[in-house]
Amino acid sequence: MNPKKIEDKLAVNKFDVDQEVHIRIKEDICCQCKELDCLYACPAGCFTVFEDHITFSFEGCLECGSCRIVCEKEAIDWTLPRAGFGICYLYG
Amino acid sequence: MKQHFDAIVVGAGPAGCACGLTLAKSGLSTLIVERGKFAGAKNMWGGVFYGPLFHQLFPDFWEEAPVERYILHHRISFLTADAALSADFFSSKFGRKPYNSFSLLRAKFDRWFADKAQQAGAIVASGLQADDLLWDGSRIVGIKAGGDELPANVVVACDGVNSILAEKAGLRKRLLPQDMKQGVKEVIQIPRQMLEQRFNLSGDEGVAWEFIGSFTKGIPGGAFIYTNKDSLSIGIVVQLSALIKNKIEANDLLEEFKEHPEVARYLSEGELVEYSAHLIPTSGRAKMPELFADGFLVAGDAAAFCLVTGLNLEGSNLAMASGMAAAEAVIQAKKKEDFSKKSLSSYSHFLKQSLVLKDLETFRKAPKFLENPRIYNVYPGLACDMAEKIFTNDGRPKKKIWKQLKRSMKGNVSLLQIASDLYNIKKAL
Ligand SMILES: Cc1cc2nc3c(=O)[nH]c(=O)nc-3n(C[C@H](O)[C@H](O)[C@H](O)COP(=O)(O)OP(=O)(O)OC[C@H]3O[C@@H](n4cnc5c(N)ncnc54)[C@H](O)[C@@H]3O)c2cc1C
Ligand code: SF4
Ligand code: SF4
Repeated sequence: MNPKKIEDKLAVNKFDVDQEVHIRIKEDICCQCKELDCLYACPAGCFTVFEDHITFSFEGCLECGSCRIVCEKEAIDWTLPRAGFGICYLYG
Repeated sequence: MKQHFDAIVVGAGPAGCACGLTLAKSGLSTLIVERGKFAGAKNMWGGVFYGPLFHQLFPDFWEEAPVERYILHHRISFLTADAALSADFFSSKFGRKPYNSFSLLRAKFDRWFADKAQQAGAIVASGLQADDLLWDGSRIVGIKAGGDELPANVVVACDGVNSILAEKAGLRKRLLPQDMKQGVKEVIQIPRQMLEQRFNLSGDEGVAWEFIGSFTKGIPGGAFIYTNKDSLSIGIVVQLSALIKNKIEANDLLEEFKEHPEVARYLSEGELVEYSAHLIPTSGRAKMPELFADGFLVAGDAAAFCLVTGLNLEGSNLAMASGMAAAEAVIQAKKKEDFSKKSLSSYSHFLKQSLVLKDLETFRKAPKFLENPRIYNVYPGLACDMAEKIFTNDGRPKKKIWKQLKRSMKGNVSLLQIASDLYNIKKAL
């Protein structure tokens, strides 16, 4: 199988998903944002547009740090997942 | 009482493992903390590993280390939407010990390397994350990790491109999208025999194949395919700032690349086993953070030691070399029992002696040069267009090559631009 969509690709990865959210967006800033840079920067499709505003889900996060760097409005509270959680590469 | 370490190394990538190993070999009490469940669990790369430096550290490492294939062929292709112009460099020297380079997978390799550091006497604590630094006034005296305070004479931050510690130490400014490339990669499994047939390989021979062309839509960057034992590492590396400017996602470019007829035939019947992404600090020397503070050093990607010349990407060697230079500085400091910024500044001296700064200095103009969009959206097309005209027989008399070239250039690029780009190649590479 050779999927094209990000969500299908992420499905083959090994994740140890935490209950705790490690990245949060400041919705009051995001709802004013026109650039939506995070949308194009995130290789894991964690940011999506839903009824005109950005929503974020941390589950497929690959911990690359792109969103934190591109968001000029600093609307992203970016941390790493707790040790042992998150993506676990078996090939890398 | 809690153990007080000579050094705590944060991160068990190539920088951290090489640093921790060097420290432990000199008899310093060393703790390496790694946030992944095991070393390598958080790491991805292309990747081609250039061996000679590592061979000095571990003679004949390929006998034991989890390398995939030794690289016998380096290939580069220029792609347009439906054509490809390729060059293949083969040297039988590459097939003889100590081999020039290897394909390898980080989840396996980093784990092996961390075990080596452990065997040398370092304590490797996987599944432990450095959350913050411990301070005594303006001196850094350890880390906070997993709710504990771990004291040490020196902390060496080898925590990679997103280095939280370099930031907390106040050594680094905000990272910018123009200083970063984003790498997105798939590992595609293909039965070994089929893979070897497709790439015309036997035994452990391998290919490292780089691509530039229209598939990045003018965005600075390129793609790669590296052969592993029974899988391919296939991915793209593109400028982060250009992705957001052009409102394009890296995965879409990767898909476009994979659908290119020259590429797709190598992938058929393959099965995706992993999708990964990571940033690369590509601004070179220009954007390096400060490298030391009282009780603190930065090495590897955390210090933006990564060399991108366009044809190859060499981060792991620079990471290891800088990790080892940092270790030397700590060993010197330990002799004097002085871990101040001034004492640790011998790091600069050890860096200058190693290949890190020399290579970064040699290629300091490369990052700027590689931003030139013509490299990605004009020249590959021009090259393929010319090749097509030379090789196509349409039953009509052929025109002089020069005339054809001029026609292909029209509207795309001027002679003056080509001259200036050639001049810049000479300066940058
Ligand atoms: C797509 C891509 C392709 C590449 N191709 C090549 C190539 O072909 N050849 C090459 O030589 N280089 C290549 N590189 C570059 C190379 O991978 C890096 O330069 C190299 O890995 C840097 O090593 P490092 O040890 O500094 O950082 P990393 O390898 O990133 O290691 C950092 C380590 O620190 C750990 N860590 C981070 N934060 C914490 C914390 N707070 N607490 C505990 N642990 C922490 C991480 O889990 C990780 O193990 C490529 C990079 C990418 C992204
Ligand atoms: S995270 Fe930043 S870039 Fe994304 S919508 Fe919010 S403000 Fe805009
Ligand atoms: S860290 Fe990377 S993968 Fe995770 S949300 Fe941000 S951009 Fe997406």
